[in-house]
Amino acid sequence: MEMPTRNKQRINRSRRSWEQIRKEFPVLSQSVNDHPLAYLDNAASSQMPQQVVDKLVWYHTGNHSNVHRGVHTLSQRATDAYDGARKRVAEFINAPHERECIFVRGTTEGINLVAHGFGHKFVGEGDTIVVSALEHHSNIVPWQMLCEQKGANLEVIPMNDAGELVLDELDEMLDDSVKLVGVNHVSNALGTVNPVEEIIERAHSRDIPVLVDGAQAIPHMPVDVQQLGADFYVFSGHKMCGPTGIGVLWGRSELLEEMDPYQGGGDMILSVTWEGSKYNDVPHKFEAGTPSIAAAVALGEAVDYLDEIGMERIAEREAELLEMATERIEELGGVRPVGTAEHKASVLSFMIEGVHPHDVGTILDSEGVAIRAGHHCAQPVMDRLGIAATARASLAFYNNERDIDRLVAGIYSVKEIFGV
Amino acid sequence: MTNMRALYQEVILDHNKKPRNFGKLEDANRFAVGDNPLCGDNYTVYAVVGDDGVIEETAFDGTGCAISKAAASMMTVRIKGKTLEEAEVMVEEFRRLMTGKLDPDDDHHLGHLTVFEGVSQLPQRVKCAVLPFHTLHAALEGKEEVSTEGQDDPLG
Repeated sequence: MEMPTRNKQRINRSRRSWEQIRKEFPVLSQSVNDHPLAYLDNAASSQMPQQVVDKLVWYHTGNHSNVHRGVHTLSQRATDAYDGARKRVAEFINAPHERECIFVRGTTEGINLVAHGFGHKFVGEGDTIVVSALEHHSNIVPWQMLCEQKGANLEVIPMNDAGELVLDELDEMLDDSVKLVGVNHVSNALGTVNPVEEIIERAHSRDIPVLVDGAQAIPHMPVDVQQLGADFYVFSGHKMCGPTGIGVLWGRSELLEEMDPYQGGGDMILSVTWEGSKYNDVPHKFEAGTPSIAAAVALGEAVDYLDEIGMERIAEREAELLEMATERIEELGGVRPVGTAEHKASVLSFMIEGVHPHDVGTILDSEGVAIRAGHHCAQPVMDRLGIAATARASLAFYNNERDIDRLVAGIYSVKEIFGV
Repeated sequence: MTNMRALYQEVILDHNKKPRNFGKLEDANRFAVGDNPLCGDNYTVYAVVGDDGVIEETAFDGTGCAISKAAASMMTVRIKGKTLEEAEVMVEEFRRLMTGKLDPDDDHHLGHLTVFEGVSQLPQRVKCAVLPFHTLHAALEGKEEVSTEGQDDPLG
C-alpha cells in the first residue's frame, strides 16, 4: 500500500514538454459535439491530471476512514493523508504554520467563515468593510449580509474602464471605521491582477487586516502569503487541478485564535458538557464535522503536481498563451476584449459586436470549444462597464496554440452565422 | 455547424437584428418585467387589452440573446389581435414545444414560432426562448415581475 503523500518520491516535471503535460489530463482527449474538446473555461473550474484522479481512487479503494478519532489502521492512514495534505498546502503558499490552513468547501465558504468568525466579533454598527469594484459575488454578498446584520457599511474601491482598481482615494477611504479590506488577487471576470501588496501595505499602515480572495491567482502564479503580507488568503481546490468541495482559508494565527467558530459540532471541540463546550485549537476549531477527506488528500496531490511543473513555469506559459490569444482576438474585426488591464492573468473576456455572449457560447460549444458566457458572478463589474455579460475564454497551462486556433475559428463561425 | 444553422435560422436572426414591436408601449394596461437571473436576460412585455379581452397592441423592450429577443419579437407579432385565452394557449403550447412535448406537425396555434424547435435540444438555452412567453403570461395575469428561477420557474 502506498504511503501518504508526504513520503512520496517527487517527480520532476520541470522539463517535461507542455504536450506531454497536456496528455496527463484524461478529460482533454475527448470529443464534444463531434469536435476535439478545446477546454477554455478554466476560471470556472480546471481539470484534474490522472495522478490527482488516482489519488482519489487510492483513498477510496484502500484508505478511507474517518480522521482524528479512530484507533484503527485505516483511520490512522486517513488522518495521515489528510494532515499531510494540510502540510503540503501550507508549504505551497509558504504559510508560517500549517495549522493556519483551514480546509473549507471552497473560496465562498472560506470568506463566509471570516465574515462570520471575524465579522461577528469585530464589526459593529457604523463600522465599514471595504471591498473592490472587481469582486466576485462571493466576496460581496457575505459582507453585505454582515453589514445588514450589524448596521455596518460596505464601501467599494473603484475601477477604471480598463478594469484596473483606482487607489487614488484609498487612503481617505481607510479611516478608523474600516475593520477589514477584502480584495481579489485576480479578477475572475476580467483577469486583472490587482495590486494587493500595495493595498495590504496601505491598510496595514492603519492596522486594518486584509482578506485576499486568491481563487483566480493560485492556479496561475506563485503565491507566498508571507511575502504578500495578507491576513487571510482564500482559494478553491477545483480551480487548481484539484476536485470540487475543497478549498483553503489561510489566516494569521493571532486572528484565527481570536475569531469565533463558524460551525459547531464534532472535531471542533475538546470537551462537551451540558454546561458548555471547550473549543479545539486552530485549525480544528473551524473544521466542525467530518471534513471532505478524499478531496483534501487529492488537493494535496494537485499541489504536488503543480509544484512538480513549477508555478513560475506555469505563469510564463500562461502569459504566452494569453498574449497570443489576445493578439489573435484583436486581429479579428468586430471583436472587443473587455478588461485591458496592464497586468492580467489567464482570462480573456470579449464581446463580438452585434452578438450576445450566450449565442457566442452556444455556437462555440457546437464546435467543441468550451467557454463561459454571462456575468461571471460579478454583476457589479458588468454594471460598471455598462454591459450585461461577456464571453470569457480562460486559459490553463495545459491549453495550447490549437485551442486558441479553435477559439478563433469558432468566433469566425459566429460572425458568419450572424452576418457581422 | 449544420445544427447551428438549424438553430439560428434566418427568421430568428432577422427578428434579432430588427426586432418588431420593440419599445415601450406608453398606454399599456398590462405589463410585466421578466428576468433570467442566471444569464441576465431581461425583458418587459407590454399589452393593451380591450374590454372584449382582445390584445389590441403589444410590444417589448429589454436586452438578451438572439434566441430570447427573436422569440419576444415573433411572439408580439403572433399575439396581436388574439384574445387572452388564445394567447394563454400559445404560451402553454410554446412551453410544450420547448420541452419536447409538442410535435410541430400536430395541431397548434404557434405559426412560425415553431422555428424555435431546435432550442429544445439545448437545455441550457430553453429558458432564453421561454422567457418572453413567461413574461407575457405574468403580464396577462396582472403580475408585474417574474423570474425564470425559484417559485416562478416556468419549467419547474
